[in-house]
Amino acid sequence: MDNLLSIVTFLPLIAAVILAVFLRGDDAAAQLNAKRLALAATSATFLISLAILTEFDPNDTGFQLVEETAWLFGLTYKLGVDGISVLFVLLTTFLMPITIASCWGVNTRVKEYMIALLVLETLMIGVFVALDLVLFYLFFEAGLIPMFLIIGIWGGKDRIYAAFKFFLYTFLGSVLMLVAMIAMYVDAGTTDIVDLLAHEFGAGPINLMGWQIAGGMQMLLWLAFFASFAVKMPMWPVHTWLPDAHVQAPTAGSVVLAAILLKMGGYGFLRFSLPMFPVASDIMAPLVLWLSVIAIIYTSLVAMVQEDMKKLIAYSSVAHMGFVTMGIFAANQQGVDGAIFQMISHGFISGALFLCVGVIYDRMHTRDIDAYGGLVVRMPAYAAVFMLFTMANVGLPGTSGFVGEFLTLIGVFQVNTWVGVLAATGVILSAAYALWLYRRVVFGDLIKESLKSITDMDRRERAIFAPLIVMTLLLGVYPSLVTDMIGPSVAALVSTYDIALAAHAADAMVATNN
Amino acid sequence: METILLFAPLLGALIAGFGWRMIGETGAQVVATGMLFLSCLLSWVIFLTFDGTTYTHSLFTWIESGTLYTDWAIRIDRLTAIMLIVITSVSALVHLYSFGYMAHDENFKEGESYRPRFFAYLSFFTFAMLMLVTADNLLQLFFGWEGVGVASYLLIGFYYRKPSAGAAAMKAFIVNRVGDFGFLLGIFGLFWLSDSIQFDVILPMAAEFGQMTISFLGMELNAANTIAMLLFIGAMGKSAQLILHTWLPDAMEGPTPVSALIHAATMVTAGVFLVCRMSPLMEYAPFATNFIIILGAATAFFAATVGLVQNDIKRVIAYSTCSQLGYMFVAAGVGVYSVAMFHLFTHAFFKAMLFLGAGSVIHAMHHEQDMRNYGGLRKKIPYTFAAMMIGTLAITGVGIPTTYFGFAGFFSKDAVVESAYAFGGQLGQYAFWALIVAAVFTSFYSWRLMFLTFFGEARGNKHTHDHAHESPWTMLVPLGVLAVGAVFAGVVWYNSFFGKTDEVGRFFGVPYAVEESHAVTDAAHGADAKPKAEGYAHYNLIGAPGEGAIHAAPDNNILNEAHEVPKWVKWSPFFAMILGFVTAYWFYIVNPSLPRRLAENQRYLYLFLLNKWYFDEIYDFLFIRPAQWLGRFLWKRGDGAVIDGGINGLAMGVIPFITRLAGRAQSGYIFTYAFAMVLGIVLFITWMSLRAGG
Repeated sequence: MDNLLSIVTFLPLIAAVILAVFLRGDDAAAQLNAKRLALAATSATFLISLAILTEFDPNDTGFQLVEETAWLFGLTYKLGVDGISVLFVLLTTFLMPITIASCWGVNTRVKEYMIALLVLETLMIGVFVALDLVLFYLFFEAGLIPMFLIIGIWGGKDRIYAAFKFFLYTFLGSVLMLVAMIAMYVDAGTTDIVDLLAHEFGAGPINLMGWQIAGGMQMLLWLAFFASFAVKMPMWPVHTWLPDAHVQAPTAGSVVLAAILLKMGGYGFLRFSLPMFPVASDIMAPLVLWLSVIAIIYTSLVAMVQEDMKKLIAYSSVAHMGFVTMGIFAANQQGVDGAIFQMISHGFISGALFLCVGVIYDRMHTRDIDAYGGLVVRMPAYAAVFMLFTMANVGLPGTSGFVGEFLTLIGVFQVNTWVGVLAATGVILSAAYALWLYRRVVFGDLIKESLKSITDMDRRERAIFAPLIVMTLLLGVYPSLVTDMIGPSVAALVSTYDIALAAHAADAMVATNN
Repeated sequence: METILLFAPLLGALIAGFGWRMIGETGAQVVATGMLFLSCLLSWVIFLTFDGTTYTHSLFTWIESGTLYTDWAIRIDRLTAIMLIVITSVSALVHLYSFGYMAHDENFKEGESYRPRFFAYLSFFTFAMLMLVTADNLLQLFFGWEGVGVASYLLIGFYYRKPSAGAAAMKAFIVNRVGDFGFLLGIFGLFWLSDSIQFDVILPMAAEFGQMTISFLGMELNAANTIAMLLFIGAMGKSAQLILHTWLPDAMEGPTPVSALIHAATMVTAGVFLVCRMSPLMEYAPFATNFIIILGAATAFFAATVGLVQNDIKRVIAYSTCSQLGYMFVAAGVGVYSVAMFHLFTHAFFKAMLFLGAGSVIHAMHHEQDMRNYGGLRKKIPYTFAAMMIGTLAITGVGIPTTYFGFAGFFSKDAVVESAYAFGGQLGQYAFWALIVAAVFTSFYSWRLMFLTFFGEARGNKHTHDHAHESPWTMLVPLGVLAVGAVFAGVVWYNSFFGKTDEVGRFFGVPYAVEESHAVTDAAHGADAKPKAEGYAHYNLIGAPGEGAIHAAPDNNILNEAHEVPKWVKWSPFFAMILGFVTAYWFYIVNPSLPRRLAENQRYLYLFLLNKWYFDEIYDFLFIRPAQWLGRFLWKRGDGAVIDGGINGLAMGVIPFITRLAGRAQSGYIFTYAFAMVLGIVLFITWMSLRAGG
């Protein structure tokens, strides 16, 4: 198939259009049809995306399955995947059917909800496969809109506030990125990402309004991209939109947000910042490492005192993303491998944790930790599933959560022991907040009147968790499934990065000698 | 064979945990227990046929990234073989015991099935522990390390209705994580230095680590010392050594079979195993080993003092375990790893038996655990009494010094004490005396336990006493088997662990050679030296680091010297044992009102001990409260006031304004709004591209 990536990317959008055009009415039957169609479309997308795996050759570090055609106004439509992006595509297609299945209980404006999710899937996949700056920007920014709507329409009672906070935070960062992209086009004369990766952006120091800027052009571009990606991650201190967005978002929205949307920032760092602006990345790496450490410790401490389950998990996500940024800017094989692994694994684990909250929220309509207690008495299966993902979140060896944490830590330890040691305290803190949550919600005797008739997970809910459980354990025990796919590309990334830095250092030597 | 041994418990756990609805509760219990007995049988086969040569089976790749490479593997050497029989034997017996002990549990309501879950957890624990000891790299060891931690967490919190059980489970996991933090850093450091975490690579490099420096946290430190210290922090957590010991007494919230298996015989000894496994590194890390000696001896002393005054029968034994682990660490610290393993080995039998015996008492007394409500039980539960008596004789170290007559604990404890003395110097003296004093206390609290429980008048609820009954055979058989171990484990394997150096060397697969210069020094020892057989030669372990299961540096001659300590040293544990017994007899049989008067006279000392030196209170004040306060502060002030309020003041000013606009709009208009936005972006980009393109 020559246009496999296009099919995978746009199949959900086509389904969305079909829904919008052909599905009429808002009765129960129409709602069910909408859900079924969405589930079928996302499942089909997943199955087709599996073909990417068979076509993809991990040992080829270049872009594969590339499609390129002329598009509107002389722009190029170019898609392709390499070892860094391919698994994010699969993560997205894997999680979307699960997400759709998780909103079977929704009954307000179901058609629109499904459309929003389907459009979102197309846009998210698009981010990971786009090989043209303009295309990337389009997918990257447009992805905000369906998410914004999902929070704003199907969210909790402060949804408007949360939706705008989310939108403004992420959008403000994006504007800077847009300016940077224009500058890149002016400098390199192309918007083709493959060519841009080969282009060398100026790194000599420049003067800007009397300020000497080390890293020059690269630094300015790096900062502009950083503004966007740091918000998306989110990194401390621009993380405060995330807890609000999660708390107000419906379950499916939280799942997509935590599991996939947050990964765009990390992907952006790997696709743009590190390979295109190596000198600037090297100069700024210490800052990023320290921001990551602060994120890990700070948000873990904050998570410990939360009374809202979703907020707690949201803060825990920020801490886990701290490991990702730390691994990326450790800029060695273990660090970057670990960062990608952590992102994939966090997709399963955080998605599952938000689904866990969703299960009891659907029953009790509250996220207050104090409203629960002793659930194990009536919900043993739920208790077991929640336990597994709590342990995965804590980074227990044997679950996928461990591998990412371990690799990023061992990677960064070789770069900066202070950062390594402080970040490793996250191992203790995560156990504290996660087990404290679990104990308050699941352990204890069931004495609250309101919980006396709560029922355990039904068959649909179990089916939703099953694939997530499988992936979490499978990747925990046999992580080579991921590392074999990403390893060669990461090795190429790291070695190009090192070579670029060495070349720059040599240039600087020559410059000073002259 | 090794693979079956390793995975049988996992299979048992899965079948019991997930398949019990199909095969029934009893079926699940039988399967799990059967799997364990199979593992146990295979372990003994391996242990008895093992010839000292290390071998490894690789299963498949685990984590691989650049130069970092780890396998799932099974590595068998003597250390592993010893651990295998300890783990599977105790575990199999504990499974059997649990048939009786867990048959009717009042913590669960009618119709709730908890037994398959219990057996599944026990089997899972065993699997994780086996993974720990069969690892061929530090990461798999860490997998087992954390796996047993989770099993322990689940089993401590098994009575989930009890808030105290939930709290204890959480505490155990988090305190262990503090240790794991150090362990992880040790792994990072090793990988940084040697580009590997495989035992086969890092252990032979130990001598080089002793010469290298590592820049850690801005300091230039000796590599071997730094890494050994970091790894030992992990061991401190798992083996409940001072500072990180606070979780172990609380862990007694779990069902008693769990305490016997996890918190006495196996998991808590993982730290000792780790130190012995890393013995080549330890040999070149004098600072770290000195620290281990200091801390081990301090723990042995501290835990014994607290054990003196506890009233809960399980807590007495828990502190006793903590104390005995200190003994093992002293032996490892002075460099006689075989003796550390020896005490680990014998301790597993008699301590598991003491716990199971205590469980039998608790079972008989309807879950009453306060010894003040026991008394006079030896008639009611004679078999349990006999077993506990053997356990007590073993732990207090009853035996006749310089002969081969004695219980298991006698041989291993004396070996530890003699090794500590042979280490010499101030440190050796300190450790020696701390262990002797701890031995007095051990004897006292063990006999106190026996006297309060089985002798004197029946106290407490009369109804409970009237209905006290002997336990079923499923509980008594394990007691009997362990009793055999508690009696004979010492004498049978004495020479292998603490015999002449050539025998120890053969047992552990370490090459040895005749010591050249020994003729002279031997004569100097004269009468103190043991009577020697004809043709006796003095040997030294000469294996290179990583060769064989344990390593002794060329200057480490403690094993030989430990055999030649003065006679009074050999006899001192004996007198300590007698002193403790006599005092306990005086306090609890002859003059039972004395303890109360003493407690009143020495009120502050008593409260200090009863409250475990106030460690929990201090930690609460130092760590838990500040962490919570800081969390709240960062959340409300940091996120709330500073970040949302300050840095993003602009955005925050805009949001309410837009919110008002949007609030006015009906939600239906949001789609229109969104459409406008999409259009805006598209137009924006089009403009950009046209401009740029043109």
